[in-house]
This record gives sequence, C-alpha cells and structure tokens, in this order.
Amino acid sequence: MDAVSTPTVRPKPGGRSGLRLLVRNRLAAFGLVLLAVLLLVALLTPLLPLPDPDATAPADRLLPPGTPGHWLGTDHLGRDLLSRLLWGSRVSIAVGVSATLVAAFFGSLIGLVAGYAGGRVDNLLMRSIDLVMAFPYILLALTIVAVLGPGLLNALYAIAVVNIPFFARNIRGVTLGLARREFVAAARLSGARPATLLFGEILPSVWPTIVVTMSTTLGWMILETAGLSFLGLGAQPPQADLGSMLGEGRKLLFTAPHVSIIPGVMIFLLVISVNLLGDGVRDYLDPRLKAGALTAPVAATAVQRDRPADRADGSEGPDPLLSVAGLQTEFHQGDRIHRAVGGVDLVLHPGERLGLVGESGSGKSVTALSLLRLVPTPPGIIVGGEIRFAGRDTLGLSARELRQLRGGRVSYIFQDPLSTLHPLFPVGDQLVEALHTHQDLSSGKARQRAVELLEKVQIPGAQQRMRAYPHELSGGMRQRVCIAMALANRPDLVVADEPTTALDVTVQAQILELLRSLAAEQNSAVLFITHDFGVVSELCDRVAVMYAGRIVEQGPTEEVLSAPAHPYTAKLIECVPVLGESDRKVEAIPGLPPAVDELPAGCHFADRCPFAEDQCRRGELALENIGRDRAARCRKPLWSEA
Amino acid sequence: MWLFLGKRLFAIVPILLGLSILVFAMMALIPGDPATAILGSYATPENVARLNEQLGLDRPLPQQYLIWAGNLLQGDLGRSYALNRPVAHEVFERFGATLILAGSALLLCAFFGLLAGVVAAVRQFRWTDRIVTLVVLVGISTPSFWLGLLMIMLFAVHLQWLPASGMYAAYGGGDLPDLLRHLAMPAVTLAVVATGVIARLTRTAMLEVLRQDYIRTARAKGVPERRVIYRHAFKAALVTVIPVLGIQAGFVIGGAVYIETVFQWPGIGRMLVNAISTRDLLLVQGGVLVVAVSYVLFNLAADILQALLDPRLR
Repeated sequence: MDAVSTPTVRPKPGGRSGLRLLVRNRLAAFGLVLLAVLLLVALLTPLLPLPDPDATAPADRLLPPGTPGHWLGTDHLGRDLLSRLLWGSRVSIAVGVSATLVAAFFGSLIGLVAGYAGGRVDNLLMRSIDLVMAFPYILLALTIVAVLGPGLLNALYAIAVVNIPFFARNIRGVTLGLARREFVAAARLSGARPATLLFGEILPSVWPTIVVTMSTTLGWMILETAGLSFLGLGAQPPQADLGSMLGEGRKLLFTAPHVSIIPGVMIFLLVISVNLLGDGVRDYLDPRLKAGALTAPVAATAVQRDRPADRADGSEGPDPLLSVAGLQTEFHQGDRIHRAVGGVDLVLHPGERLGLVGESGSGKSVTALSLLRLVPTPPGIIVGGEIRFAGRDTLGLSARELRQLRGGRVSYIFQDPLSTLHPLFPVGDQLVEALHTHQDLSSGKARQRAVELLEKVQIPGAQQRMRAYPHELSGGMRQRVCIAMALANRPDLVVADEPTTALDVTVQAQILELLRSLAAEQNSAVLFITHDFGVVSELCDRVAVMYAGRIVEQGPTEEVLSAPAHPYTAKLIECVPVLGESDRKVEAIPGLPPAVDELPAGCHFADRCPFAEDQCRRGELALENIGRDRAARCRKPLWSEA
Repeated sequence: MWLFLGKRLFAIVPILLGLSILVFAMMALIPGDPATAILGSYATPENVARLNEQLGLDRPLPQQYLIWAGNLLQGDLGRSYALNRPVAHEVFERFGATLILAGSALLLCAFFGLLAGVVAAVRQFRWTDRIVTLVVLVGISTPSFWLGLLMIMLFAVHLQWLPASGMYAAYGGGDLPDLLRHLAMPAVTLAVVATGVIARLTRTAMLEVLRQDYIRTARAKGVPERRVIYRHAFKAALVTVIPVLGIQAGFVIGGAVYIETVFQWPGIGRMLVNAISTRDLLLVQGGVLVVAVSYVLFNLAADILQALLDPRLR
C-alpha cells in the first residue's frame, strides 16, 4: 500500500488542539460538562441552604419527591434525600478519587521499577501482580475487606489494591519500551542515578499512560466503592455514601422506591460522565487511535465519479481485454487529499504481459487495486475515469457482478504471502474456497482439483500440504500457494502486485518463471507491478512507467529498455544492477518523489530531472505518442521516432 | 496440541500454589488472635485454646500452612461455627447455584457481546455503530445492583411477570421452567456489564482484523461479503476476544456478589457477604479459595479454546 504509507503531517498534540479535539468529540465534551456540574455541586454542598443530612424527623418519613421543602422526598427516618444525596456524592467522589490516586501511585511505581530494572526484579514484581490478578476483581476487594473489617476507609484500600495491577501492567509495558531507548541509555552512560533517570527522563513520557489508565479506572472505582457500601461493607451508619444509601433504600423497594432509585441515578450520572470523558482522553492520548488508524475498509472501493471519463479513443486492432482511461484514485484523510492515481490510461490485450513500473508511492499498487475496487475505503475513493474489462465498466458493476469477476476472470497475487494468506485456515481450505466460490464442484472434486493445483505450482507432497497452515510453509511455498489460488479459476487476467519482493533472492527467479509459464499455459494476461526493471525485462511484453500517480512512459519492453524516452525511465533502468558488472555504479535517483497531496504544476519529475527547464514546470503535460506504440509524458523526450 | 495442553496444565500449578498461600496468609494477616476472630468476641478462653490447638495456630507459620494445605487436599476446609457445619459442604452447595447464575450470564454476554461488536464494526460510522457504542457505554456505567432493583420494580412488582427473588418457588417449584423464571432477571442483570465490555472489544478486534491483508485476499477471491465477515474476519477476531471472555468470567463471578444479594440468590457471593458481616472467617476463606480456583480454570479453558482456534499458539 504505497500511497497509504506516504508521510502525512499530523496535528501536534498540545493544549489548544487537545481542547479542540475534546470539543469536537461531542460525547466527551458532554461528559466533561456533566462531570464539571456534578463536581461543582459537590464542592458547593456545604454552602447550599440544605437541611442537615442526618437530622431525623419521624413525622416526615418516606415523603414522596416533590414535597415542598424536601424536593427529593425523605427516607425511612425522615431525613432529607436531596441533602443526603449531595453529601453522599461528596463521600463517593472523594473515596473514588482517593482510591484512584492511591492505585495510580503504587501501581505506577511498581510498573516503573519493574520496567526499568528488568530481569529478576521485573519477573518477581510481575509474577506477584499476576497472582493478584488470579483473583476475580471484586472477590479480591471482598477478601481485603474481610481481613480489615467493614468500613469506608478499608473499602477504599481494597478498591485501590485491586486496581494496582492495571496500572502496574500498563506502565511497565511503556517503561520497558522507553528504558531501551537512546536518550535513556545516554543519560545512564553519563552517570545519572537510577532514581533521577526514572523520574526525570522516563516519568514524563509515561505520564500520558498513567492519565489514560486513571481516566479509564476512575469510573470502575466509584462503581465498586458504591458496590461495597451497598453490600454494607463500606460506609457504616450514620456516615452515608451513595452506595450505602442505595443499600438502605433497597429494603423499602416496594413501599418507597424513590429512596433507592435516586442514589442509583446519581451513581450512574457520575460514572457515565467519567467514562465519557475517559474515552475522550484516551482517544486523544492514545496515538494509535488518534491517527484514525482503526477504520475497517468496506467490501468495494467507493466510486464518486464527478468528473466524466475522457475516453482515449483510437485504440487500434481487436478489442482489448482491459482498458483503463483517466483513472483517478484519491485517499481522503481528514482535510488532506492524496492523489495517489492522477489519471492513468492502460490497455492490456488477451494473453499480454504488461509491466507497471515505478518507485514506492508512485501509485502503481493503487492502480492495480483500483481495477476491481480493492482499494480500502475509507480512505480511498475512485473519483474519476473508466475501467473496462471485457467491454464492461467495472466501476459501475453491482456487488454481485464485481464478486464474480474477483478471483474468477481477474485474480490477484499480492506481495507478502504470510500476511495475505489467512493464518487460521489450512492452505488447502483456502484453495478449495477459491474453487467453490466460482465453480459448482462437489467438495471431494474441489479438494482433488486443489491438490492438482498445488502440484502444478510444484509444491512437493501436495496431498499432505493441503492440511498445512501458512506459518508452517516457507515464503516461497506460501507464494506458490497464492499463485495456485490465483490460477484456480483460469482467469483471463492475473494482477501480480510485487509478488517476489518479500521473498529470498534465490526463490524470486523460480517464482517468476512459474508465474510466466503457468500464465502462458492458460493464456492469461498478466499485469505485473514491480519497481524492478530487471524483472520486467524477463517477464513482460510491454512496460508502463509510473511516476507520482501518472504514467510517464509506455512501450514494448525491448524498445523502452534500449532507448528510454523519459529521463525518469532512463534513471530507473540505470538503477538495475547487472550481474557480472559489480563495479558498475548503481545510482540512486537524487531527491524524492513529490508528496501526492501537494503535486507541482507541469511535469511532476521536473525537480529531480537533470534536463528540466522552466517550461517543464508549467501547464498540464499529456502522454503523447512518440512512435509506433510508444508514448511519453515529457516535453523533451530522450528518444522519439520523428 | 498435547504438548501445549501439558505445558498449560503444568503452568497453573504454581498459580494454584500461590493462591493457596495468599488465601492462607489472609488468615494470618487478620489483626489479633485468629481463634478469637473465628469464634467471635464472646468465646470462652477454653474454646479459644482448643481451636488454637485444633488449627495448629500455636505452631510456626510454615508448619501451619502445611497442616492447612494437607487438610485442604483432603477436602477439609474447616468448620463454620456460625452455621455449625463443614465449610466444604456449605461452599460447594452454594457454588453450584453461583455457577448456574454466572454460567448463564457468561453465555448471554458472549452471545450478545460478540454479535453487537461485529455488527458495530461492520457498520462503522453508521447509526447502528453509534447506537451500539452508546448502549454499551450506558451498560458499563450502570451499577448492576441498581439495575437489578429497577428490573425487580418493573418485571416483578409492576408487570408481575417474573419472581422477584430466590432460585425456586417456595411451593410447587423446583423444576427447570421454575428455575429459568427465577434465573432470567439475575442472569440478564449480571450479563449487562460484561456484554458491554465484550462488545467494545469485539468491535475493536473486528476493525483491526478487517484491515488485514488476508481479508483483502478473501475479497479478491470473490468470497461473498457475509462469509468474509462471519468466517474470515470473525474467526480471527475471536482469537483476541477469547482471553477477554476468560477475564470476564472473573468479573461475572465477582459481580454475582451484588446480584445474589439483590435477588436473594442462594449462591456463594451472598454467602461471602454474610460471612464477612458475621466474621465467619473460615467460611470466607473457603469461599474465596473455591471461587479463585474456578476463575483460574475458566482462564485455562479460554487459553485452550484460543489455541484450538489459532494453530500458531499450539
């Protein structure tokens, strides 16, 4: 996925943007406001004109809510519920926050020391933590209260202890990573004391993790403290927190339900506001989620063609198998638009092998994936152009029609066979699935076909290998399985996206030869994506060179290799090391391709081109015919027929 | 697989050993004289002395532990003085009721949690996803003991569909339909929080899996989307969710403490709360030990299940 890996500028975390992010996340903002209101009320409670929460008034017992003077009613002793609710909230919040601080302090300390010291200290500490976690959460709290005796303070200790492992584990993980970093090693070498190092260098980096863990456990702790009090093991009368109010009210459930419902509502509001805010804090501080990385692509790339396809006419000879015209694929990430493919035209005839060559980020993989709409959406969108396969526009196909093409008449071979094969299914099952999807076969017949296919790609002991999982095979074997899968339904077109890049050099040649001979045997056309001109010269009839999302040159392989027209092509060819000429200078092309979200006007290669002139940087540049079956997108081609 | 199983079984031995030491230490940590603590403050000095001798409390701690562990291995957890019967009998009787409750809650939360998580992930950014996310958030923020009270008010008091408490009807009950009627509310209430946690996790796991190359491969093969999601993606997501199911088993068994109190379910949680209030410490000790061991076994089961799904783990 070349285009996805293009560096993008992310907003730096900072006070103001953090606040903005929080506000943008409406749920988190709602949590913040709610929590602020609750905290404010709890803080101001002593100043409010409320009756004494513990003053009993037998004459006024169990008044319903809405009674003047007792807006939330009274309990079985005639105490004012509103007053008790607010005073009780203060206790619950104080205990929850204290427990969180205690757990955060000791848990972080354990995590820091374990992660920093490593070795036996780490082992001992973490095994102890594991042991604590071997107890079910609430049970452990109960046990501690059983030992210490019921009481609010003991409940606080119990809840804190139970939550220490969460902090210890999270903080240890981060510290472990940091302790191996250069800046820590440098400080250590310069003779800093471990304590200075731990609190001066490591703690600031660990801080976000501590905050995230606090914000995610605070809600639990408030809930669990209330729970212990509810069971009668926390706050003891006459002291009351929300949990014990609920516990007392339970006995009146049938006669005066409001006595138990009201404190419950308060607990719920507190906890949900903390959780809402906690989620917001986590989304902001957890870089993985912040990058918006967690989006799942849908089944087919979105197509929003607001631009009409400018059909490149005048294609001579018989109808091509595949013709791509003006294909434009973009990645929309936030406010940025990456034009990964900016108007690609391609033609492929039956049985022909076309090489699509370019550096990483040139858009060649995205072009290949666009053909059957396999570019991930979000963020990918096909915004323009037309793709005709066997006369039909694949961008306009229904899901069902698209599925029939996929793996049927058009199949794919991807780069890394370890990640492209499903790790949890035997390769035989995956092969059989490919067959079943497009052919009506009995399962016995399908398995037999699968074995034949494995034999065809020269996997020894094919019958036994059917049951092997991908991780049990070598890289070369895995790619052979992928080739077998791609050829299972005798496709008219095989799209091979750098199929040998992830493999050992020694295996590459075998895989290429296998692909070439099998494709030729079935008369399948091949679209071969690579960055390696050496591979193209061995395999392809024609070649198209891509740069910054556009084709800059195309023509028959032999001709392009011997007389490249575009300066970029010439540079790429120079990059290929030649066997036996070890002293030949392999030159990297100076400079980098332009970022596809900030493409320059004119020729995209101009900044790296030794022949560039001012006029190269102006206007639109078309792919022009420079000879029979040859074209280049260059004002001053190095070669042309005329 | 057999090697894996052997290793895994072997690995729980030190955990069980550690647990037993911890539970034993709990008694040793109680402030003051354990025998007095067990018998209560009204105990006669003779009785205290006799119990001290019986439990070997006059000997050094390591020796005490060995005696205790030896008795434990013979199924002897001591005697509950408040109930005047062996702790083991009481604990196992109560544990059966808790297993029924917690087991049903686990089944519920696994089913609905996985379903909601998958649906939310597949319909990411759409209304279904938002609603699931919001419901989950409300679910995990609701105090289960309060939810239980609300359920009783609605279904037992107001609608009178279900019994408010107990495990069997006092008269004419005792069969399976009767049990299910009593089980419905507590099991659902107990499952709510765990369902939320599992739904959240499943959603994240599914999103993670759906971005993988092998999902693209399945789509490139032309596999129907339904199959891509429920076979290819779900199986892989399940591998990450299963250990959490094991951990949730702990939360569910622990959370049963509240639910059993609210619904008067005769399980081990209610027994523990009562025993703590009455300072029946041997009963607490026995109950804690049994629950903790069952939690270890739940996690073991989750590990084995995970290895069955993922060949790379065995």
